[in-house]
Amino acid sequence: MAAFGTAAGRPLQGRGGSLGFRFTLYAAVAIVVMYLDQRQHYLEQLRYVLQAAAYPIQLAVNSPPAAWRWISESFESRERLQAENARLRAAQRDLELRSMRYEALARENGELRGLAAALPPVADRWLAAEIVSIQLSSLRQRLLIDRGAVNGVFRAQAVLDDRGLIGQTTHVGPWSAEVILITDPEHAVPVRVERTGLRTIAVGAGDASSLALPYLPANADIKSGDLLVTSGLGGVFPEGYPVARVTEVHRDAVQPLAQVRAEPLAHLDTDREVMLVWFRADHPRAPAPTGKSLGELKSGTPSLQPLAAPPRSQAAAAPAAAPQPQPARVRAPAAAPRKQPAESPPPEPQAPEPQAAEPKAAAPQPAAPEPPQEPPKQEPPTPQPDASQAKEHQ
Amino acid sequence: MNAPSGGRILITGSVALVLTVLPLPPWLDVLRPVFLVLAVLYWSVNAPRTGDIALGFWAGLALDVFQGPVLGQHALALALVTYIAVREHQRIRSKPAFQQALIVFAALAVYEFVLFAIDGWSGHAVSSPLRWVHTVTGALLWPPVAAILAYGSRGRA
Repeated sequence: MAAFGTAAGRPLQGRGGSLGFRFTLYAAVAIVVMYLDQRQHYLEQLRYVLQAAAYPIQLAVNSPPAAWRWISESFESRERLQAENARLRAAQRDLELRSMRYEALARENGELRGLAAALPPVADRWLAAEIVSIQLSSLRQRLLIDRGAVNGVFRAQAVLDDRGLIGQTTHVGPWSAEVILITDPEHAVPVRVERTGLRTIAVGAGDASSLALPYLPANADIKSGDLLVTSGLGGVFPEGYPVARVTEVHRDAVQPLAQVRAEPLAHLDTDREVMLVWFRADHPRAPAPTGKSLGELKSGTPSLQPLAAPPRSQAAAAPAAAPQPQPARVRAPAAAPRKQPAESPPPEPQAPEPQAAEPKAAAPQPAAPEPPQEPPKQEPPTPQPDASQAKEHQ
Repeated sequence: MNAPSGGRILITGSVALVLTVLPLPPWLDVLRPVFLVLAVLYWSVNAPRTGDIALGFWAGLALDVFQGPVLGQHALALALVTYIAVREHQRIRSKPAFQQALIVFAALAVYEFVLFAIDGWSGHAVSSPLRWVHTVTGALLWPPVAAILAYGSRGRA
């Protein structure tokens, strides 16, 4: 061993060369792998395989909490279950009452917009996925869900729960997928203030209960209690899904930007099931236009541009009609998943066609999470950069 | 200083990996040291022939699969740390536990710095100071971890 230690400096001897040589070799391999993964996205296949290999370990690692939950649920008392049942019945009745007029409103809306028939809802189908593991650190806010490519899940697919937006898939394995939460510090979601139509970007703050809105000028019309919905820009999430509610607005006379915090509507830290959503690619509110060439999967931005028009006109129209139609629209998605599950799980296997189109639609996604990378700091120097950044998005 | 078999290293490495990715509440998650790095460090110092740069590389790749935004990030960082540890294994091994802990702290700092730098270059910059907390807890936990690993390798050798 002593000889081994002193041999460190000498080149190419012993098994596999000197220590320094071997280190250089491994370091070079690691750097090449990083380059291929980061810049070229050549390693999606490898990722896919690795994700498959890691899945059993992840399941095993997460089995104790899951087992504990199962046990505590099995022994839940009869009264509690009955109480829960009664509560769910009440909620169900409530939702049915609310959605009773939905069909009529949708038709009326279609007529008002001059469409021959009402548009079908933008969400095509839903798939419930169970959360396998949750990572909620200040650096990474991710979920691992038990649905993957075999269920037709694709990269950058929108994930919701019954209250609002949760995030999007980042890596998809055969039986599992990783979901980046909207509160991950690396994630940004383009949003609109429901009350005023003001568009901005909500950036994750590394905390499951808060989002930051770092790009609003100090005189922006926003107040606590405002509802934020997806703006449909960015190419991943369709327009109009509820995201968060503004909880605090700080305006400092010397700061050009307002400091705004919002609380996600989705229960990011207590959810156990999430919904994967497939959107109709040809729907005007769908996240992005159908790109026909696969090349767009990698280029990202170009296909984002043409989308701007339809959502914007709707956004402009929205505030005028504000209070009545809005709640209906916002609630629709929330109500839908509860009705759907009965028929949605079956379509898993024959998935191919619908999302053959979807990946392209959702492909330009890299643009969405990436643009505001610096933001966690809440005071960028001047209002101009943010304005330009917001523009870029439109 | 018996040379432990590859199997034992694999087992301890797997256990360390599980401990590293085990879901914990957020406040504990911040404090949790990267057990896999500690295990790799231990084997690099105490069994430099078996626990080699290759061990660091593959362990790092495993970490990448579980928590790396970029594939190869942890692999590079851990290969570097293993390289230093194997190179200096005699000096490190002869130090008392307290000084070893200090060295481990430095190694973990190097490790975290490499991750930090790569995060920055690859556009995943997360500048929260909390990411450095595990270097301290890792150093504090080094003596017990090393004792457990030493007991394991002596007890069943």
